[in-house]
Amino acid sequence: MEMVKLIINGKEVEVPSGTTILEAAEQMGINIPRLCYMKGLSSAGACRLCVVEVKGARALVASCATAVTPGMEVQTHSPDVMEARRTILELLIANHTPDCLTCEKMGECKLAEYCYEYGVKESSFKGEKHNYPIETSNPFIVRDMNKCILCGKCVRVCDEITGQNVMGFAYRGFNCKPAPFYDDELVESNCVFCGQCVAVCPTGALTEKQMQKKGRRWELERVKTTCPFCGTGCNFDLLVKDNQIVGVASNPTSVVNGYALCVKGRFGWDFVHNEKRIKTPLIKKDGQFVPASWDEALDLIAARFKEIKEKYGPDSFAALSSARCTNEENFLVQKFTRAVMGTNNVDHCART
Amino acid sequence: MSSCTCGGQVEAKKEAALQKLFDRYRDYKGGLIPILQEAQNIYGYLPKDVLRRIAKELRIPLSKVYGVCTFYAQFHLKPRGRNIVRVCLGTACHVRGGSKILEAAKEHLGIDNGETTEDLKYTLETVACIGACGLSSCMMVNDDTHGRLVPEQVGKILDSYE
Amino acid sequence: MKNLDQIRQKYVEQYRRKLGKDRIVVGLGTCGIAAGGNKVLQAIKEEVASRGLDVEIDFTSCIGMCYCEPVVEIALAGAPSVIYGNIIPDKVAKLIESHIVNKTPVYEWAAIQIPGEAAPYEGISVMEKFPYYEKQVRSVTSRLGRTNPESIVDYIATGGYEGIEKALQTDKQAIIDEIKKSGLRGRGGGGFPTGTKWQFVYDAQDDKKYAVCNADEGDPGAFMDRSVLEGDPHSVLEGMMIAGYAIGADEGYIYCRAEYPLAIRRLNLAIAQAEEHGLLGDNILDSGFSFRIKIKAGAGAFVCGEETALLNSIEGERGMPRVRPPFPANKGLWQKPTVLNNVETYANVPFIIRYGGDWYAKMGTETSKGSKVFCLTGKVNNTGLMEVPMGITLRDIIFSIGGGIQGGKEFKAVQSGGPSGGCIPAEHLDTPIDYDSLTALGAIMGSGGLVVMDETTCMVDVAKFFLNFTQNESCGKCTPCREGTKRMLEILQRICEGEGELEDLDTLERLCKVIKNSALCGLGQTCPNPIATTLKYFRSEYEAHIIDKRCPAGVCTALKVYTILEDKCTGCGACARNCPTGAITGAKKEPHVIDTEKCIKCGTCIPKCKFDAITTA
Repeated sequence: MEMVKLIINGKEVEVPSGTTILEAAEQMGINIPRLCYMKGLSSAGACRLCVVEVKGARALVASCATAVTPGMEVQTHSPDVMEARRTILELLIANHTPDCLTCEKMGECKLAEYCYEYGVKESSFKGEKHNYPIETSNPFIVRDMNKCILCGKCVRVCDEITGQNVMGFAYRGFNCKPAPFYDDELVESNCVFCGQCVAVCPTGALTEKQMQKKGRRWELERVKTTCPFCGTGCNFDLLVKDNQIVGVASNPTSVVNGYALCVKGRFGWDFVHNEKRIKTPLIKKDGQFVPASWDEALDLIAARFKEIKEKYGPDSFAALSSARCTNEENFLVQKFTRAVMGTNNVDHCART
Repeated sequence: MSSCTCGGQVEAKKEAALQKLFDRYRDYKGGLIPILQEAQNIYGYLPKDVLRRIAKELRIPLSKVYGVCTFYAQFHLKPRGRNIVRVCLGTACHVRGGSKILEAAKEHLGIDNGETTEDLKYTLETVACIGACGLSSCMMVNDDTHGRLVPEQVGKILDSYE
Repeated sequence: MKNLDQIRQKYVEQYRRKLGKDRIVVGLGTCGIAAGGNKVLQAIKEEVASRGLDVEIDFTSCIGMCYCEPVVEIALAGAPSVIYGNIIPDKVAKLIESHIVNKTPVYEWAAIQIPGEAAPYEGISVMEKFPYYEKQVRSVTSRLGRTNPESIVDYIATGGYEGIEKALQTDKQAIIDEIKKSGLRGRGGGGFPTGTKWQFVYDAQDDKKYAVCNADEGDPGAFMDRSVLEGDPHSVLEGMMIAGYAIGADEGYIYCRAEYPLAIRRLNLAIAQAEEHGLLGDNILDSGFSFRIKIKAGAGAFVCGEETALLNSIEGERGMPRVRPPFPANKGLWQKPTVLNNVETYANVPFIIRYGGDWYAKMGTETSKGSKVFCLTGKVNNTGLMEVPMGITLRDIIFSIGGGIQGGKEFKAVQSGGPSGGCIPAEHLDTPIDYDSLTALGAIMGSGGLVVMDETTCMVDVAKFFLNFTQNESCGKCTPCREGTKRMLEILQRICEGEGELEDLDTLERLCKVIKNSALCGLGQTCPNPIATTLKYFRSEYEAHIIDKRCPAGVCTALKVYTILEDKCTGCGACARNCPTGAITGAKKEPHVIDTEKCIKCGTCIPKCKFDAITTA
């Protein structure tokens, strides 16, 4: 691989050609703020928070979208850069609902994080602010466009990862915003509620409805787990507070799925603490289901299977397995059907 | 029973013109903007249903079609009336009761500011100043300026337009 | 390879025959039509028919003298062409009677004459000596107002398509070298060297390349490209063909704003004519080179004048600029290497190929070669289109060509480069203008719009006007432009309303700097220029608005105070009768007074007063 030598903040560094300035700086442990950049998505170069000074360039350049060139001299935190970043943050919060105290994203909000880092307490710009109604008409996602900073990650993730293209930029200039077709609500669109947009949103514009008021982000313990819904084996983090699951968050280290999930994995966990959930086997006695122990239930099943096989023959038995089972479980089902019950009558719900 | 079918004929003609457009632009690179321009020529604006069909024919996401429509000033998503009524709300008209003229127009037409009547006869808009402050309150219908208005006159003036 | 010799010979004869007859030519550019040119043409046709005269009636495009449209040219066989200004249908009968029938020009209506080889008339200015044209050169604009733009005969007879003919027999690299040698820089605003740009695309390895023409001229006060497209559409096609051949493209697009229907119509016509003559299409003149040109009409978005936004728009996307690099030269239209130049740049190319790069480079300054077309508008006597050598001073343009300030008022500033440009004050009037000197002044060459302002122009109001424009046209992609222009506009509005504070000026300066430094595209980066330059050169006007709550030019309504001058008021009562709020009172024949509480500053009273007794200072 061709290597490129450049100087960042006075120190020489060598990176593979094609590396962006932002990535090169990251390798040196220099943190450049970014709102619209995300690894795995195309670069928009839109938020301009990641601008850096490059010697000889007419203006500051977006480090997320600019590849390094040999001999390039970069300053990531020069006075001009700092002034630009502070002003951009001020411009963003001038048009942003200042309800951080009760905002669901508090603790994970990138805008708040950078304002803290760059010492932006308040905006010196007074003037018009957006006043969009907050959308709560679907069971999964709360959309508050007054907190949107137009990074466009929701638009790109919906296009590039989910492939659903529910969101697009609509209108222009100050009125520009990500919106579904005709600016309808999500329930009226072709949204499949995978929630990828929520996962990538850097502010409180998109939040999980089920998590509202369930806990501050820093109170939540993250427990990595495998999705129980199908055999794909997606990984994610359960967000746990006081031994209760309050939500699901993407875990980008997941080998199978990255941060992508489907509606079931991201939002379908509420059965866990449901009161109606069956927690023990039930055996029907005198027309009534009665709780039983596992030993009792398995003994009953074994006895009845044996009885059926002896009375009507092995082919009177058939097994239907589930996509919610793991590969190992599915293997065992067919092994059991063939070796123990002695029939080939085995099938799977996902076979068609 | 005899009924007028010319409405249906007009629709059928538009439909045929739209179909022709689809045939022409289906495999045309970058055809979204020209097809929107021509569809607007056919319908006078861009109906929601037509946008859905354009998206389907060109295999472009709906959200993108909407994004393009709302980006360019040329495209209208709502039908416009044959008569454009502009009530002046400049300073002079404001103090002379321009808002009462607007109220009278709204009431007479049964629509709100920025809307169009169902029969597509009128679109009601407001304007910051039409430069006829000496004649306040005033209102423009198409290119005609009507001045020194009192709310009672508004209905009669509007009715004089076809 | 075939050549055009035979056809050219035929067309030259045809063209000469046309010029050899008594002729009446009407200027029918958009400006001429708006001034009533079609009605004049109709009146001429009727008059000629009713008199049974044998006169060639023709039309042409805009010769540049917008201030005296409609323009009519009359030439008797073998006599000079006389160009008349301000011809309305009522004047037609006398004009024909005198000039055609009695062979005597109407001297008092004549603006200029173009004698050619004939002996000039006494008493009519010869074009080259006429103040409006004396300091002009006519190269790109040479056919404007002189030939019929809808006739390929006129184009070919006047040397048209000689450039592509010559180019097709030349090595591609040699063509690019010739363009480099000419020193031609992009006429659309950026001023990037055209030859270098072509070299990048030539060097880019790809099976498909494009040549794109930016005809999305959107600056308020700029109509150079419209005039060239309407007046000499073939020259733009020829320029694109030469570019296409040199870089290895076989397809070209012209992106023209939808607000220019006449330009689009004439371009379509020119394309059809060129195709008929085998100059566009497959295997042009048997050279093996194929090239097609398509027209894309814009849909109403100023930002599409930015090159990458323009490419997105051609592709059917929202016209939002792309991040660069990659530059269009490597990844342009549909990710293929693309040369993008504006109308005027392409129109220069055939001349450079015909006469050579050295010829072109003789004109202009060290860093900016050739000529530039400008549009002069605003408070100047002669508004119009002009072509001048680079390096001419603003004073020459405004005072020699433009004839000075209207009404003998004092010059205050000239705004160059539209919403991306800046306001240049009187002290810099003698700067020789080229790309670099204008940039040094905080303005830009831009596409060539020059708006002249006098003492009655409020510079804060001007800045507000441009910001209102850019804020409306911001695409919304990047934070500094989307949010920053909104806040700058709000600050300017407050200042004009008398609610500004001195700190606002610091805030404006900071925003100007940050937006210039950090916006995504060229439009965003230059949109603070109108504020930055007015703050730099006219800071005292801002301070007057903020500290004294006064608009020195008497423009900002909220800061006006209407008063009646006692010594001038005759008590006629005209003002009181017309005041919409009844704010003016007074006894008959006694000086009246204005109740400032009731006055809404609508200005109705001022034109009603015949005695200049009402002031707003």
